[in-house]
Parts: sequence; structure tokens; C-alpha cells
Amino acid sequence: MSATATASRTTAAAPKADTGGQSGVLNRRRGRVATTIMFVLAVIWLFPLLWALYNSFRSYDYTQTNGYLSFGGWTLDNYKEAWARGNFGLHLRNSLLITVPAVALTLFLSSLVAFVLARFSYRFNLTLLGIFLAANLLPPQALLIPVFRMFKEIPLPEFMSSGGTMLNSFWALILVNTAFQLGFCTFVLSNYMKTLPHEIYESAELDGASVWRQYWQLTMPLVRPALAALATLQVTWIYNEFFWATVLLSRGDKYPVTSALNNLRGQFFADTNLVAAGSIIVALPVLIVFFVLQKQFVSGLTLGSTKG
Amino acid sequence: MATGTRRRQSRRVETKRGWKDRLVIGTMIGVPTLLVFWLVWLPAAASVLLSFTRWNGFKFSAIEWVGTKNYVDITTIYPPFWPAIRHNLIWLAFLFVLPTILGMVLAVVLDRNMWGSRFYQTAFYLPVVLSLALVGFIWQLFYSTDQGLINEVFGSKVDWYGDPSVNLWAVLVATAWRHTGYIMLIYLAGLKGIDASLREAAAVDGASEVKTFFHVIFPVMRPINMIVLVIVVIESLRAFDLVWIVNKGRNGLELISALVSQNVIGEATRYGFGSALAVIMMVISSVFIAIYLRIVFREERR
Repeated sequence: MSATATASRTTAAAPKADTGGQSGVLNRRRGRVATTIMFVLAVIWLFPLLWALYNSFRSYDYTQTNGYLSFGGWTLDNYKEAWARGNFGLHLRNSLLITVPAVALTLFLSSLVAFVLARFSYRFNLTLLGIFLAANLLPPQALLIPVFRMFKEIPLPEFMSSGGTMLNSFWALILVNTAFQLGFCTFVLSNYMKTLPHEIYESAELDGASVWRQYWQLTMPLVRPALAALATLQVTWIYNEFFWATVLLSRGDKYPVTSALNNLRGQFFADTNLVAAGSIIVALPVLIVFFVLQKQFVSGLTLGSTKG
Repeated sequence: MATGTRRRQSRRVETKRGWKDRLVIGTMIGVPTLLVFWLVWLPAAASVLLSFTRWNGFKFSAIEWVGTKNYVDITTIYPPFWPAIRHNLIWLAFLFVLPTILGMVLAVVLDRNMWGSRFYQTAFYLPVVLSLALVGFIWQLFYSTDQGLINEVFGSKVDWYGDPSVNLWAVLVATAWRHTGYIMLIYLAGLKGIDASLREAAAVDGASEVKTFFHVIFPVMRPINMIVLVIVVIESLRAFDLVWIVNKGRNGLELISALVSQNVIGEATRYGFGSALAVIMMVISSVFIAIYLRIVFREERR
């Protein structure tokens, strides 16, 4: 997850987008060569996923006797078995319980900071933004020991954590993910909010609208596109988050689906078709999000560049 | 300058603002800031302090100040450290040579209105939405000794994930599969911002495509190049998921990030020692974070 966070942030520094990429057309011959190379590369790029999809529908016995380069042996059993053995029902539920609150909390908190940073100019604005952004870029492993130890010390009531401490609870993951993603979201949202016309706030001020109303009833509806794009990105990143879940949850049954892979490797090891089916199950939620909200996803990655 | 007048304006508004509004503003800023300090900056500081101690992580009273001993030990008698540094560097070099250049070339080509451009773009950034851990899992389909596609096709018997002389490269290829799409996206976004008239001017002057790229496009992309550089360094430093899923960062796949984790959640809990490794990571990354912030804020002020 964190990996992605960095990459997309970059575009923030890129100059304005949306001038349309139609800058110059390749000449015919070169165009044909380029198209061919592109096509071959694209097929190579899609191949691992297609190969996984293909093998997930084939039976182990068939591929063992005929080899993996054969055609046939269709079955749905891999999915049934992978689902049961990998306990995917439980792990997908865990992922949901972590991802949804973490994304909601990240967007809410970052929109608060972004609003203040964009709406009012204080002397510490840039410093604060720097503190948030830099936090986002630190390697999480560098903070592991204190965070781990701290969570071990923080008691939680039984109904919040079966272990009785923050360690091993979803709360820990929700908060850690939120703290890490705040920087990126704040940056993008405050840039976006700065593009809103200043006049609307002046008239709101004249009407006696409180700061909270200016935030909640005036700003938030206007930044909905940015929120949608960020939500899409954050869902994929937090769903994909592996490190914190692996180290802060010591009980396998608490793992979200990405970290559960760690356990599955041993179990599925002997059967590549099971690995394939398991991979597709894990990939499916983000792939659905991606294909349904592709526009939001891509615009989210270039959001930082839209500022006035 | 405009910022000056705006500041003056807002200060005027500021004086009119009641205590309620000020309380609201304080809370809006305060709560998220506290969260970031609590879970990022406080632990960062604590890591630095702990790196000068010996501690098994149980009782606080058992924390023992040892000065720079951890750092000395790491560099002199901790066997996996230098391999980890080397692997991190190889990781870095590899990401630069393959995914970065390929991603840039893809972006430059796809930036033209080529037939089917959208399909190609989607194909390349599809892996970007998958987690690195899952990427490692999927590539098992290629790397498995008995059932993997590679050994099947070539009739070989290589243990791609298990053999310490090849597993780093196997993992790097899998990383590249995902990383190239990223880089491509970053450059695509950057290229879109390049003024079309620059290219036209070059074309009028009779510059070839290649010349145009190196003399016109590439220099304009300087800020993006810097950002990509920073990202690749930070990414290669953070690399963790893939090696952890393969063999928990052992046997040929040592990385600093994995060593830190091993010292906390492995059999031996050595907090001081692990913290020193963590600080080494932090120091390297902070240089590049500083570069990154400088670039971003220079844009900001514009």
C-alpha cells in the first residue's frame, strides 16, 4: 500500500494535466512498429493474470497428468477448496472491517486539515503540510518497534479486542493506516480546495456561517469528485496493506486477506491451481473496484496536479 | 505578492472570528495532527532513542544504555546486514534500469494518440492495483519448481524462490511487473502537462522524434524525473511484502526492512538492535524525503 502512496503523490509536482495528450501523431511506419511492440508488451503484462485465471479453472489431476501446457480439465472445485481451506470468508470480512472504517476516517480527518490549510493562511501552514507529507513517506518498518510496543501496553475492553490490548485488534490497524495515509489525502484535498473561488466564502462569512458550516455544508459538497477519487485509491491501498497487518496481528484468524496470503502459501504450496484460484479470489475485490471506478482511480492518481 | 495580501485579509477576518470558531479550527487541525504525532513522529523519535539501548522488550526497567554499540555490531558482526545493504542497492539499481526506463518509454509512446492506447494503458497499470504480496503469490505460478510455467516450458529444475543465487532476481522480475505501470502513470500525467507548442516548434525546426525527445521533452520533464528518482529510492528501501511472503527475508532475500521485522516479531526480540537498523533506514530515506518536499513546496509556492 505504502508503495503506491508514494508513486501517485509524485504527480502532484507535475504541471497541470488535462491539456489532452494529443501532441503529435507518429508517422505511419513508425506507428505500425510501435503498435506491434505495444501489443506484444501488453499481452505479456496481462499474461500472469490470465494464466492465473486459466489455471484456476483446471483440475489438479488433469494438469498433473497432461502438464500445465495442456488444454482442458475444467472444474470449479479449486474455488470451492481454496475458499474453504483459505478461510476466505473470514479474511475478506476482516479486510472489510479494517478497510471501510480506515478509509472513512482518513478522508474525514484529512478533509478537516485540508480545509483549514486551504481556507485560512496561518504561518505554520507549510510546516504542518510538511509534517503530514513526510510522515507519509517514512518507511513504516522504521517505526515498527515503538508502535508495536506501545500497542502492547494499551488496554482495550474485551468487546473491542479479544486479546485485551490494542495489539491484535482491528483498531490498531485502522488507526495506523489512517495516520499513514493522512499526508497524501490532506495534500491532495487542500490543493483541490484552493481551487474553489474565494468569493463563496466571503458571502458565507457575510451570512454569518460558522466555520463548521463553511466546511460541512459549503466545502464538502464541492469537493465530492476529489473525495470519490481518493476513496477509490485508498480502498485499494488499505485493502492491499500487508506490513502492518502482518506485524500487529499475531493471530492468523484476524488477518485481512492480503496478510492471510502468508499462511496460505504453505497450505496451497503443493497445488498450483489452488494458488491460482486463491490469487483470483484475493484480487477480485480490487479488480472490481478498479474496473467499476477506473476513471476515479486514474484521476485520483493525477489529482495533486489540479490546482489553481 | 498575492500571498501577502491574502494573509492580511484573513488576519482581518481572524479578529472577527468568535471563540467558538477558533475552537472548531483548533480541533479540526488538532485531532489529525495528534494522530500523526502519536503514530508516526513519536515512534520515529523513540526508534532513535531505543537504537542506543539494549532491550528485550519486556520490562521498561530492563532498558540498558549501550551507546553506539548496536551500530558497531550491525556493521561488524551481524551477518545479514551487508547482504541486506547489497540487496537493497541491487533492488534500487534494478528498478532504475528496467521499470523506470521501460515505464518512461511506454508513457512517451502512449502519450501519442495511438490506436488502442487506452487498452494498452489499462494492461500496464492493472498490476498496480494488486498488492505486492499478491504479486509474489501469483508469480508462484511461474516460479514453482515442479508446477511452475518456467520450468515446465524449459524443462529446467530451478527452485526460483528457494535458491539463494536466483531468488532475488525472480522477486525483482515480479516487482518490475507491478512497478513499471506506476512509473508509466507518473510520466503520463507529467507529459500531459507539456505544452504542445514546444513539440510543434521542434517539428517546424525539423527536429527528429528522437532529437525532440532528448532536447525538448526530457528537459521539461526534469521535475518529474526528480520525483521518480525519489520514489524509486524510497520504494526500494521500503520493499518488504514480496520477500516476506516468499521466505520472510532469509536465504538470499535479506532486506533491511525484513531484518527490522525479524528482530521484533521473530524468535529473538532485540528492540535496541532492531531500532538501530530502523534508524539506518530512516536516515537514508529522510534525505530523499527532504528532496521530495523541496520539489513539492517549490511547486506549491508558485
